[in-house]
Amino acid sequence: MAPFGLVTGVAMVAGGIPPLAAMAMSLVVYAGASMLAATQLLAAGTPLAVLLLTVLFINLRFMMYSAALRPHLPGLPLRWKLATGYLLADNAFGLCIARFTEHPRMPGKLGYFLGAALPIWLIWQAAVGLGILIGAGLPAQWRLEFAAPLAFIALTVPLLRDRAMVAAALAAAVTVVAAWELPMRLGLAAAALAGIAVGMLVRRKA
Amino acid sequence: MTVWIAIFAMALVTLGLRASFLLLPERFRLPGLLRRALPFVPAAVLTALWAPELLLQKGVLYLSPHNERLLAGAAAILAAWRWRLTFATIASGLIALHLFDWLL
Repeated sequence: MAPFGLVTGVAMVAGGIPPLAAMAMSLVVYAGASMLAATQLLAAGTPLAVLLLTVLFINLRFMMYSAALRPHLPGLPLRWKLATGYLLADNAFGLCIARFTEHPRMPGKLGYFLGAALPIWLIWQAAVGLGILIGAGLPAQWRLEFAAPLAFIALTVPLLRDRAMVAAALAAAVTVVAAWELPMRLGLAAAALAGIAVGMLVRRKA
Repeated sequence: MTVWIAIFAMALVTLGLRASFLLLPERFRLPGLLRRALPFVPAAVLTALWAPELLLQKGVLYLSPHNERLLAGAAAILAAWRWRLTFATIASGLIALHLFDWLL
C-alpha cells in the first residue's frame, strides 16, 4: 500500500496536478485508483460529468464493502457512519471483514475497524505526500506519467483469477479501443458496461 | 479551478459510495443483477483505463514491435502476474519503457 501511495503521489504531479491540489485530493477523496484516473482525465481536458462517471465506476466496489460491513456495525450515530465510510479503504475492509466473518460475535468491532483503518490512512497519506515531494523534483524525461497505467495493470492482473474475469477485461480493452472516437471519452463507460456484460455471460455459462 | 471542483465532487461521490449501506435502512439490499455485476466492475474499468495507453498512439491502434509502451506494458503484465507486487510491476514497466525506447 505504501508503494502504491508513493506512485500515486509521483504520478499525480507528473500528470500535471499542482502539488497542493494533489495532496488535498488524497486527503478528501482517499481512493488511489480513482485519483490516478482523474489525473489522466483532467490532463486530457475531460468534462467533469464524464470524470465523475469514471470515478463512480472505479469506486463502485466500496458500495459492496459498505453492504458487507453494515451487519457488523449496527446502530452507529451518523457521524461515526460517515467517519467509517471515509476510512473504508480496500485494505481496511479486507482486514476487518476477514476477522468479523471468523468471529461474528466479537465485541468492539468499531474499535477493531478504527485500529486497522487509521494506521492505513496515516501510512497512505504520508506515502502520497512523499510521492508528491519527490515527483515535483523529477525530470519529465523519466516519463513517470506512465506510472499511472502501470499502477492500473498492477491492480488489474491479480483480479484475473478465472475465465470470466479475463473475458471481462478483454472485452473492456477491445471496446475502449474501438470506441475511442466517441466524444467526451464515453468509450470508457461503454467499455466498462461491455466488460461487465461479457463477464456475467461467461460466468453464467460456466 | 476545475481541479478543485473536481476534487470536491470526487470526494462526495466516493464518500457517498463508501457510506452508502451504512446510511441506508437495514431492509435495503442490493438488487440481484447489480450484485452479480459488481465483481466485474474493477477489472473492466481498470482495463479500460490502461489498455488505450498501451494500444493507441495519437488515438490510432498501434500494434507494432516499435510501440515501446505496448512492449513495456507487456513486461509489466508479466511482472504483475509473476510477483503480484505493485512496486515490482511499476518498476519493471518503467525500466522496460526506457530500455525499449533506447533499443528501438
